[in-house]
Amino acid sequence: MNLTLKIWRQKDAKSPGKMVTYPISNIEGHMSFLEMMDILNDELIEKGEEPVAFDHDCREGICGMCSMYINGEAHGPDRRVTTCQLHMRMFKDGETIHIEPFRANSFPVVKDLMVDRGAFDRIQQAGGYISVNTSGNTQDANSLPIPKADADLAMDAATCIGCGACVATCKNSSAMLFVSAKVSQYALLPQGQVEAKDRVINMVNQMDIEGFGNCTNTGACEVECPKGISLDNIARMNRELIKAKA
Amino acid sequence: MSTLDSKVPGGPLKDKWTTYKDKIDLVNPANKRKIDIIVIGTGLAGGSASATLAEQGYNVKAFCYQDSPRRAHSIAAQGGINAAKNYQGDGDSNYRLFYDTVKGGDYRSREANVYRLAEVSSNIIDQCVAQGVPFARDYGGLLDNRSFGGVLVSRTFYAKGQTGQQLLLGAYSAMNRQIARGKIEMYNRHEMLDIVKVDGKARGIIARNLITGELERHSAHAVVIASGGYGNLYFLSTNAMGSNVTAAWKTHKKGAYFANPCFTQIHPTCIPRSGDYQSKLTLMSESLRNDGRIWVPAKLEDVKAIREGKKKPTDLSEDERDYYLERRYPAFGNLVPRDVASRAAKERCDAGFGVNKTGEAVYLDFKSAIERYGKEQAKIHNEENASAQRIYDLGKDIVEAKYGNLFQMYEKIVDEDPYKTPMMIYPATHYTMGGLWVDYNLMTTVKGCYAIGEANFSDHGANRLGASALMQGLADGYFVLPYTIGDYLSHDIRTGAIPTDTTAFEEAENSVKDTLDKLVNTGGTKAVDYFHKKLGNIIWNKVGMSRNETGLKEAIAEIQELRADFWKNVRVPGGTHEVNRELEKAGRVADFLELGELFAKDALTREESCGGHFREESVEIDGPQKGEAKRDDENYTFVSAWEYKGLPSDAVLHKEELKYENIELKQRSYK
Ligand SMILES: Cc1cc2nc3c(=O)[nH]c(=O)nc-3n(C[C@H](O)[C@H](O)[C@H](O)COP(=O)(O)OP(=O)(O)OC[C@H]3O[C@@H](n4cnc5c(N)ncnc54)[C@H](O)[C@@H]3O)c2cc1C
Ligand code: SF4
Ligand code: FES
Repeated sequence: MNLTLKIWRQKDAKSPGKMVTYPISNIEGHMSFLEMMDILNDELIEKGEEPVAFDHDCREGICGMCSMYINGEAHGPDRRVTTCQLHMRMFKDGETIHIEPFRANSFPVVKDLMVDRGAFDRIQQAGGYISVNTSGNTQDANSLPIPKADADLAMDAATCIGCGACVATCKNSSAMLFVSAKVSQYALLPQGQVEAKDRVINMVNQMDIEGFGNCTNTGACEVECPKGISLDNIARMNRELIKAKA
Repeated sequence: MSTLDSKVPGGPLKDKWTTYKDKIDLVNPANKRKIDIIVIGTGLAGGSASATLAEQGYNVKAFCYQDSPRRAHSIAAQGGINAAKNYQGDGDSNYRLFYDTVKGGDYRSREANVYRLAEVSSNIIDQCVAQGVPFARDYGGLLDNRSFGGVLVSRTFYAKGQTGQQLLLGAYSAMNRQIARGKIEMYNRHEMLDIVKVDGKARGIIARNLITGELERHSAHAVVIASGGYGNLYFLSTNAMGSNVTAAWKTHKKGAYFANPCFTQIHPTCIPRSGDYQSKLTLMSESLRNDGRIWVPAKLEDVKAIREGKKKPTDLSEDERDYYLERRYPAFGNLVPRDVASRAAKERCDAGFGVNKTGEAVYLDFKSAIERYGKEQAKIHNEENASAQRIYDLGKDIVEAKYGNLFQMYEKIVDEDPYKTPMMIYPATHYTMGGLWVDYNLMTTVKGCYAIGEANFSDHGANRLGASALMQGLADGYFVLPYTIGDYLSHDIRTGAIPTDTTAFEEAENSVKDTLDKLVNTGGTKAVDYFHKKLGNIIWNKVGMSRNETGLKEAIAEIQELRADFWKNVRVPGGTHEVNRELEKAGRVADFLELGELFAKDALTREESCGGHFREESVEIDGPQKGEAKRDDENYTFVSAWEYKGLPSDAVLHKEELKYENIELKQRSYK
């Protein structure tokens, strides 16, 4: 395959950025999108130019580090995958591919395609935990049976990888899907119920402080989420919030 | 050659840890506030240690190179975590977990450490459940278990195929609570590039801020290395792209002995490589071997037909298939330990039975499992006359519930539906048992510098059993280090804050700066990956699944040459004071180029086969074990601990003799 790449280049957080065009050839369908980017970068380096900076680590869709906006979609055209799991077989010979960073006011660009998602960490720090110390004296794990259905739903919510695609996709840059996934995980489990009220209030509060937009129920986040986090979680979080404030 | 003091406490094995804990010195809460600890890494080991130390009152500074602690590579662990809970009532116990781990490690690990690991394993599960980790449960609401290779009980706890993710998010949440309290200062996107010693003790680090490029000095009363494993030495591995040896290697260069570097785990079930552009390999969790059967065609003509696309694997009848693990190892079958399974796959592929174009793939087949589960479900649902299709559908649902995310991952990469056609798999580098040498306290040979998790060597001997790395990381971080480090720090309560405007810090910073400057100014023409791939090739071909003297000697010479070439011809664009991903990579590859030589040297020195280290010169010649690896207990029952002396070729070997008082050394038989 021969392709034309149009990539966002930005030196650092303070400099303005622009789209730059790069032709690339001999791309195979079995390559992952990031392997295609590796080839581009090696070519740039050999020409003495600066490679494109992008975030990535595990390259298997679990660390949540990769974060590209490809042809107008977070993590590109395939469903239920992250950018690192996207394969070139999704593209056609001769195609032009637009590659941009995740865009949101709360995710400032660091360089090229890298953004700062520190806001997500700060939201978790505001209450995304159960207050239990490590002691070696906690009760036996099986002394607290949890209905399988609840445990499974909690697990589904807990699979969020914190990538930020939901925010990048949302026209309001809302972080509701991300925050509700964490709130739901704990809301569905008996552990940590004593702090449930504070948790949801503090996390939502921090989300607002970070400048994420409001949710207007467009559902775009659910479509682009690589882990299939369900909108039900947002409904559950809203219920938790109403309960907490009542 | 000196002998190393492992500081294992006396007394019976079962009482060592309890007695030790009762006798160590403690630091009172007011004094803990005066003590700083640096933790490099936020994976299961570093994350759990940071959270626990901060809960206890120490001031923790934690570092990771990713943009968030939650992204450490522990996140990628799939299959599960072991614990001797005996919830299944199948005869499990601390002793059995201890025994399995020592045997699985081919009798090259330290008894006392492994027993302690088994002892605290149950606490880990309790702790994680209390944190809200959503482990899989059965319909009664109790925790479910699965089996992993090399054992005969079911002791593995799991959260779908994302166990590492859930455990790490648990540790991350515990860290978040302490970050919010100000007890952990978190340094994301920072890379440790050197350790600083003052009066022989570890007192700080030099770290590079990966956004600004600034070098920073950080001081502390103790430094904990929890930087993970060095499998990326092979270029292609199941590790994350950024996984590296740098933190451990720099510590080694400052006096910490490096133990058993050549003990590497090549995992049997990974997706085979598809081309030269390949950047990493993807693991298919060992849990799949619970239900998947491994085979290659029995006849070479079928192999040929399959490679040419004239036959499909599903066309072959049962007697045209060779389930070689079941054939060779009837007792353990598909659940033999990883090293055994990997070598067996290589043996078949070397003999020409590999089923893909490159000849490096075997099948992992779920057909029987789908049928078995389908029949079971039909029975449960009282469907006596269920059709074959109905049985398939019912069975598929069960397999999907167990391994759905792995099957999806496979399909996305390979573009084939593994429910319909068997998966293709091949061994790949996965885990490094070797690492920084530590004593019973998890302290390295540098005073005040500890190593935990995959970064140390301590618990897995020459081969690690599945689901035991997560266990070890969390054992070290939640339950072991917080005690042992207190004993050391109790002597430091009067020291006061460690200043960073001293010559020790200045010298370390300058030497880091020199190296970085050198890397951006070589004037070379080749990208870092060019060298990394070459190194990976040498190591894979000559220090991979099987090793021999000639190959190892060649490897050493080739690595030396490659290293010289690297420093002359690598090109790192950009400068040091900006985001520079190539510079980060270059620094890591520079360290791999040194480690690689020591790695081959260690393999050359160990003239026996044990665990993942298979020396072609050391095999059973006849008898029922013919062709299997042959250990040499008389001459090699020791840990190799290497001391840095300049070049890797000058490294000096120290031995820690291993004593087995509670387990009889036997040949590991899985027949
Ligand atoms: C794909 C895969 C699946 C696995 N599945 C299982 C399983 O099912 N069960 C099991 O028991 N084990 C499994 N393992 C093994 C297990 O996941 C690892 O051994 C374990 O998670 C390592 O944890 P760790 O805390 O030691 O290191 P890691 O999780 O690798 O963390 C390393 C940390 O160190 C930081 N770091 C590294 N270098 C530096 C530096 N120079 N400066 C600053 N920070 C640095 C990183 O940022 C990171 O935070 C699996 C491994 C892989 C690769
Ligand atoms: S909810 Fe989905 S899209 Fe949003 S951060 Fe989590 S995994 Fe990413
Ligand atoms: S690189 Fe980890 S999710 Fe893509």
